[in-house]
Amino acid sequence: MVDQMNPAALEAPPTPRQMRKARAQLKFLDGTASQSQLIRRRYKSNPMAMFGLYLLCLIYFTAIFAGFLAPHSASSTSADHAYQPPQAVHFTLEDGFFIHPTESSTDIETLQRVFVEDPDVKIPLTFFATGDEYQLLGFIPADVHFFGTVDPDQRLYLLGADRAGADLLSLILYGGQISLSLGLIGVAVSLVLGIVIGGISGYFGGLTDTIIQRVIEFIMSIPTLPLWLGLAAAIPPRWGITETYFAITMILSLLGWTGMARVIRGRVLQSRGEDYILAAKLDGASHGRIILRHMMPSFVSHIIASMSLAVPAMILAETSLSFLGLGLRAPAISWGVLLQDSQNLQVVANAPWLLMPALAVVLTVIAFNFVGDGLRDAADPYGK
Amino acid sequence: MIRFIGARILYVIPTLFAISLISYFIIQLPPGDFLTSQIASLEQQGQTLDPAYVDALRQRYGIGEPFWVQYGKWMGGILFEGDLGQSFEYGRPVTALIAERLPLTLILGVTTLIFTWVIALTAGVYSAVKQRSFADYAISTVGFIALAIPNFLAALLLAYAGFTLFGASIGGLFSPEYANAPWSWGKVIDLMNHLWIPVLVIGLAGTAGIIRVTRANLLDELPKPYVVTARAKGLPEGKIIRKYPLRIALNPFISTAGWHLPSLFDGEVIVAQVLALGTTGPLLLGALKSQDMYLAGGIILIIAVLTVIGTLMSDILLAVVDPRVRFGKA
Repeated sequence: MVDQMNPAALEAPPTPRQMRKARAQLKFLDGTASQSQLIRRRYKSNPMAMFGLYLLCLIYFTAIFAGFLAPHSASSTSADHAYQPPQAVHFTLEDGFFIHPTESSTDIETLQRVFVEDPDVKIPLTFFATGDEYQLLGFIPADVHFFGTVDPDQRLYLLGADRAGADLLSLILYGGQISLSLGLIGVAVSLVLGIVIGGISGYFGGLTDTIIQRVIEFIMSIPTLPLWLGLAAAIPPRWGITETYFAITMILSLLGWTGMARVIRGRVLQSRGEDYILAAKLDGASHGRIILRHMMPSFVSHIIASMSLAVPAMILAETSLSFLGLGLRAPAISWGVLLQDSQNLQVVANAPWLLMPALAVVLTVIAFNFVGDGLRDAADPYGK
Repeated sequence: MIRFIGARILYVIPTLFAISLISYFIIQLPPGDFLTSQIASLEQQGQTLDPAYVDALRQRYGIGEPFWVQYGKWMGGILFEGDLGQSFEYGRPVTALIAERLPLTLILGVTTLIFTWVIALTAGVYSAVKQRSFADYAISTVGFIALAIPNFLAALLLAYAGFTLFGASIGGLFSPEYANAPWSWGKVIDLMNHLWIPVLVIGLAGTAGIIRVTRANLLDELPKPYVVTARAKGLPEGKIIRKYPLRIALNPFISTAGWHLPSLFDGEVIVAQVLALGTTGPLLLGALKSQDMYLAGGIILIIAVLTVIGTLMSDILLAVVDPRVRFGKA
């Protein structure tokens, strides 16, 4: 007899695709898996998020090993190669990889520099070339580069050169060290501020909450950029790179914690009425312990998600400040500092490769956004 | 309603006070006082200032006196005489300098706001109604990219494209022949021809954000029973959307309008700098770089006050639209 109570039995048998889907679905319904396991599984099933994660790992890897990956050191310049366009790498079986050297001259009529390739001469390239000295990870002296010219005195410009004739690829790699770390440190500082202030606001409620919320609304209602600019302009020009770096980070995070504080406050407010919080209170746990030990774990995934969305905002802010000339200043190298030259339209029209650092910014921001969106979806237990 | 507006306006007063404090704090930040450094730089160039004039300035700005006295003198000048102080770089009153440029900033800001709303609302509603269609995916993708591109890059790319395609600079808000001409219809049309580029650039990120919010809100409302009911009674689809779910989905839209104003000014500073617009942004930047602090503080103050007024207006608008807000229940 046909099982009339079960309509599924009447339908066609599931296709392999449907079965695969059902099996994949089962992973998320696994009753024995822990919360973090479930989040990890959901995250991994999101191709965009995984792509963002791989891209992000790659970007940070290049920044950490900038010295090894960059063909030149950041300070090595060559006046002969100012505004040198990107060089094409050629490959033949007998010579391997090579580039043609360029001869620069000034055009009499347009007064612009022209670079002419000399197709007869070949500058051989090699992997693990010996070149400028650098400190790997900041303390291991080394002079081997991932790739470069065989002759250490020759120069290689895969992405072109800037005004001083420094290799733009090397500059972008070194600039990532500052731009990327500044985003992380800035978000870490605003996270601490956000947890403390947002936690207090949500936990105690009442008048404290009202006052803190008014202050946050106030900070959010003033245009941030003019304020950042005003504060950044007050950094004394004689300060060194490290001091300026920390001052800029502080300025960015002092105004950037508000969003984080609102998220945390909302979450704390939600879990305040739960029974387990009351139980912890009756056990005599201190306020700090209740917030950090009992409340935090329930929304730590949300904090991580909103953090990964806050980092790109921080990186963009630093880039904008430095771009406008009020953030980090040369000799510090960040993506924003590198983009300062491209403020002049004439320069950009003649040397469009100077916009390359912006590509690094955009890639990083997109990667962080993918990761952040993926984390947020994965951490939501009610999501599909 | 009147009570709500009254309470809201009362709340503006401490906000304005705090803003003026912060603006003055920024004026104070650079080490040393600007008058001394100004005199020093003038003397370096071989000029001397009349000591009586210097003394008058010293008296006027309360230099050497405590923070509160200086702040009081600054604030008193603004409130009672409408005097924001003197720009040291331009040698002119700050109010005159700002008055020259503020109208353009306002035109730019208001146009951008209208542009953002019109585009974002249409695109957001369309992509929600036609969910999972090609247009929906296209709108979402464009929005995602727009959010990731910093607006100075967008400005640079547009300017670069204009430069290479048309061979002309697309910066500025006026053609050279209109730049110093008095206002006329020709000048207005010329302004419109130049205005769309900065409007597009500044509005880009904001538009993408609002599209996302509108789409998500409308998608939450569309499957609700009251929409089904409206459909069941035979209302045309367009009227259903306009009459019911859209009105609810609009709420966050209006309430976030206030939050968009600060980002408009943020965008304006950068984009105006790149495109060489004659708005307050580049003036502020120049003032900060040359430590012309009364000018910088004045601009920050004006921009912040405008933002507060904008937020106030969006709050009142929200109360008009939504009775729950009016009665303090939402």
